[in-house]
Amino acid sequence: MAVKYGFFLGCVAPLRYPGIEKSTREVFKHLGYELVDLDGAGCCPAPGVVRSFDEATWLALGARNLAIAEKQGVDIMTICNGCYGSLFDVAHILHEHPEKLKAVNEILKEVGLHYSGKTKVKHFAEILYNDVGIEKIKNSVKNPLPNMNVAVHYGCHFVRPSKIKHIDDPERPHILDELVEWTGAKSVAYKDKQMCCGSGGGVRSRNPKLATEFTAEKLKNIKAAGGQYILDVCPFCHLQFDRTQKDAVHGYDIPVIHLSQLYGLAFGLPKSDLGLEAHATPVKL
Amino acid sequence: MSNIKEPDMAFAKKIIDAGGKTLDLCYQCGTCTASCPSGRMTAFRTRQLIRKAQLGLKNDILPTEELWMCTTCYSCVERCPRDVEIVDIILLMRNLAVQEGYMAEAHKKIGANLMRIGATVPFGDDMKQLRAKMGLPSNPPTTAGNEKAADDFRKIMKKTQFDKKVGGA
Repeated sequence: MAVKYGFFLGCVAPLRYPGIEKSTREVFKHLGYELVDLDGAGCCPAPGVVRSFDEATWLALGARNLAIAEKQGVDIMTICNGCYGSLFDVAHILHEHPEKLKAVNEILKEVGLHYSGKTKVKHFAEILYNDVGIEKIKNSVKNPLPNMNVAVHYGCHFVRPSKIKHIDDPERPHILDELVEWTGAKSVAYKDKQMCCGSGGGVRSRNPKLATEFTAEKLKNIKAAGGQYILDVCPFCHLQFDRTQKDAVHGYDIPVIHLSQLYGLAFGLPKSDLGLEAHATPVKL
Repeated sequence: MSNIKEPDMAFAKKIIDAGGKTLDLCYQCGTCTASCPSGRMTAFRTRQLIRKAQLGLKNDILPTEELWMCTTCYSCVERCPRDVEIVDIILLMRNLAVQEGYMAEAHKKIGANLMRIGATVPFGDDMKQLRAKMGLPSNPPTTAGNEKAADDFRKIMKKTQFDKKVGGA
């Protein structure tokens, strides 16, 4: 029987980079997974903004998403570090604090939902690395990518805070580098690789100049190391790297690719499934 | 004339009671500041913000731009030798700032978009067309493409009075 997950879309992938959504659907279908839509799910809600504004709202809206998955009898798979950050942390907090779980259920009554605490939240890269694994992935690569120098950007909320997320070493992670190299591409080392893209915590919207400075620093370091592509696992980091090269920091033109799109390419999906034409920084393959 | 500030322990306790129970563990080593990418580029000093929080210096925290310079990257949290939950404490202080009415217009706009379609970014016809062209449903199966779901999302935000906090959007 196929392994089944509730596919949590979030905001930026379906509303800005539909190629990330489409590639994920096709890649997981190819791997024999069944992804079901979470009916009426909303924003995760965004950890940097909504959690900054009001924790009670963040918990309640997060619990609504967890409750929808629970009602459909599935665990959640996210394709975004932000969504992962919120949903994983909300589930963790509600598990640790029964009084908070009780409070969110009072609120969820308003919309006819209840969350009992069962939903597990996984990041799609974690599923690829730990559950699908090297053998199946290597066997699925129809179009090996030997000539690509890829600069991997982990982002922040995929492996941190490591006290509650036990995915990888928070200072020197390796999962994404391996996932990239299984396609035949090369993951290049670069200065300050673990540094944030700059968009999180509400900084992109409130202080775009500061967000841009982060991104400019990363672009400089990636270029110096010969990175030809930026690889991310978060549509919000993706947006930050892609848009900043068009809008604020010129002279780089380093294409930005989400891991689902890289896998789509390596698995030989038609280019029309990857949605690369929606990127602001042109993707030349 | 002295410019020495008086501690306000009642405000410090408010942060601790809201969930910042590790605040008092900080012994001011500065590992957080040294790890902070925002602090490399600006005058934001994580250690100093935490010290202000320990002393309850409300007016040196809530109205400031520095409070909003953290991207929540957790580098400081990973390296803190005292396991101070620095990011959680910053987020709690932002909640307190919002309660006092300190909220940027750009953030109110995101709040308004959440109230409209349950998403952080707007959704227009050009994107619907692109989705359809790619063989995806033009409306995603989320609040952005489902009015009943967006309404449920709004109901929760009204119940927690989020709508009022973001400026009655």
